[in-house]
Amino acid sequence: MAKSARPRAANPRSSAPKPAAVAASVPDVSAALSSPVEDDATFALRSLQQAHANNKRYDASDAELLKFYEQMVLIRRFEEKAGQLYGLGLIGGFCHLYIGQEAVAVGLQSALNEGHDSVITGYRDHGHMLAYGIDPKVIMAELTGRGAGISRGKGGSMHMFSTEHKFYGGHGIVGAQVSLGAGLAFAHKYREDGGVCMAYFGDGAANQGQVYETFNMAALWKLPIVFVVENNGYAMGTAVKRGSAETHFYRRGTAFRIPGMPVNGMDVLEVRQAAEVALEYVRGGNGPVLMELNTYRYRGHSMSDPAKYRSREEVQEMRDKHDPIEGAKQELLKRGVSEDAIKDIDKKIRQQVAQAADFAESSPEPDMAELYTDVLVETY
Amino acid sequence: MSRRMTMIEAINDALDVTMGRDPAVVIMGEDVGYFGGVFRATAGLQKKYGKTRVFDTPISECGIIGVAVGMGAYGLRPVPEIQFADYIYPGLDQLVSEAARLRYRSAGEFIAPLTVRSPFGGGIFGGQTHSQSPEALFTHVAGLKTVIPSNPHDAKGLLIAAIEDNDPVIFFEPKRIYNGPFTGAYDRPVEPWNKHADSEVPEGYYTVPLGKARVVREGEAVTVLAYGTMVHVAHAVCLDKGVDAEVIDLRTLVPLDIETIRASVRKTGRCMIVHEATRTGGFGAELSALVQEHCFYDLEVPIERVTGFDTPYPHSLEWAYFPGAVRIGEALDRISKD
Ligand SMILES: Cc1ncc(C[n+]2csc(CCOP(=O)(O)OP(=O)(O)O)c2C)c(N)n1
Ligand SMILES: [Mg+2]
Repeated sequence: MAKSARPRAANPRSSAPKPAAVAASVPDVSAALSSPVEDDATFALRSLQQAHANNKRYDASDAELLKFYEQMVLIRRFEEKAGQLYGLGLIGGFCHLYIGQEAVAVGLQSALNEGHDSVITGYRDHGHMLAYGIDPKVIMAELTGRGAGISRGKGGSMHMFSTEHKFYGGHGIVGAQVSLGAGLAFAHKYREDGGVCMAYFGDGAANQGQVYETFNMAALWKLPIVFVVENNGYAMGTAVKRGSAETHFYRRGTAFRIPGMPVNGMDVLEVRQAAEVALEYVRGGNGPVLMELNTYRYRGHSMSDPAKYRSREEVQEMRDKHDPIEGAKQELLKRGVSEDAIKDIDKKIRQQVAQAADFAESSPEPDMAELYTDVLVETY
Repeated sequence: MSRRMTMIEAINDALDVTMGRDPAVVIMGEDVGYFGGVFRATAGLQKKYGKTRVFDTPISECGIIGVAVGMGAYGLRPVPEIQFADYIYPGLDQLVSEAARLRYRSAGEFIAPLTVRSPFGGGIFGGQTHSQSPEALFTHVAGLKTVIPSNPHDAKGLLIAAIEDNDPVIFFEPKRIYNGPFTGAYDRPVEPWNKHADSEVPEGYYTVPLGKARVVREGEAVTVLAYGTMVHVAHAVCLDKGVDAEVIDLRTLVPLDIETIRASVRKTGRCMIVHEATRTGGFGAELSALVQEHCFYDLEVPIERVTGFDTPYPHSLEWAYFPGAVRIGEALDRISKD
């Protein structure tokens, strides 16, 4: 069996992974031959899941956990502020908030190398940008459609980019970014820069045909890409079970021999640990991984959402019992991190978000000439 | 008997009427069933007709349209909704290579009598992925019909006609005027439909035939060709400026009512075309060519086109982009000069 087909259980702490840890589950070759179900591919498909199950949560230092907490709080406060500005009419059109899903972007992207590994997502993109260290000011100013916005007011909430941070958007067409992600991964491989692409999409987007064309190509060409389904239970008003025949999204790569991992997306440490496992596999040149991050959006799909498709109780239950920020906070307190240290972070973030909002409100609209620029390479 | 309706209500009523008359009619699309559509166009229909006739689909536009083509070939009359026209592109292959060609390549044996409903157009701060007007992509495809209503009365009658039609029809609904006509006065509150004469919608069954334009206002000075939202915008500008324009609402782009256009331009000798879509290769270009071919010797001045700019739909500066009163007014001034 080729070495690359045999993923190892990741152990982020030791540089040399222990093959012994998984040896027990390696079927012997003759058994694999006689039983097609138990062949090496089956092993590979499940091995990451198993590796993660063996070691579920990332062993973060206090400083790391504080950082995760800070990033999640930043996303939440930023989104709350965006919601307010929308209510005041300062943000127009479509705006999709990430509240409730913070642990996904923060946990996964903390394992990436910002500015080196590429990230691409759909229209619910503010959180991924903030998790990649992009300045909240220019994000907020894009939401308000100002010239100082990161896309100079051309893209709006759904369409934002940063080459510096290797953040490739921000895409309004459901599912389209997945193929683009494979292209980014291809380029990483082609240029031998060691980077991987993390391509996010929703449970609803997972039903676009192009996703599966992409899975096949990514697996065929062993592209360095982590596909991330953010399963927040709903695609607009459609609950997962009403739109998807296979609701376990992490299994959807099986037909393409892409190993899958279901992950609790409400626990930042579990997310981070899963990322370690996935990234070791992908960085090892083994091709793509498909992660399903089970999460929940607290707010409506976009700003105008009558929310008739779910009960208040359901939302409240998630907020009360599974909130990723509250969870991280409790963990910090349990570790003996002082309440004051946490409060300081909260205060700092509030200021940062207030500044972003001021900036977004006070910056001027784009110049009229901007209407005609950036359409083609020449201006006409 | 008739009653005042919004455009959304009229569309909903058309669907209800056709479903009641013909068990072959089925409605499908993203959030159209349980939820009743993001714009409420299909509200209440699943409750009334059940889940086999009104159903939700996954987010799979290519699949939605492809499946609808197959249903049509086997005798159903599917009415898929594409939630925004901007999302129709994944389904374009099925529309162009299958729906539009099935009749021709089977020498009439198989047809694709689907009606793809889709909200289109801007004016709602939707930016580039919720504002487009891609009608010219479809008028360019032989084998498709393209229909665009501008008011509740026509929306209902045209939609019933489209569903009954035995060809694939792209039915673009100008979303900006779903709940009230829009004259381009974006800084004023929306005027509700019930103040507008064309919101008087007959009850029950009737059709507005495909391929028949409507003269909204008779006039002598200039012929204004428009469809959808721009009928209202252009009409308002003409009234404001006191231009005795003949305003024609095309209603269907394919098949096109060239007779009505020709008769009008022969009378006025001047023609202005208004659409929201981008200019190059837009439907206005086709109209301009046709008017030139049919009315060359009647034209006193060059044809004017007022269109969107050749750029994606912007997120900011929407009203600078939108071909509203200023640009239409300037074109009217130019064309009215002797
Ligand atoms: C091709 C396409 N079809 C439909 C839409 C409309 N739309 C926008 S978001 C959305 C739901 C997507 O749900 P999901 O993928 O689960 O992501 P979530 O919003 O939950 O983050 C739909 C149907 C679109 N933007 N693009
Ligand atoms: Mg979702």
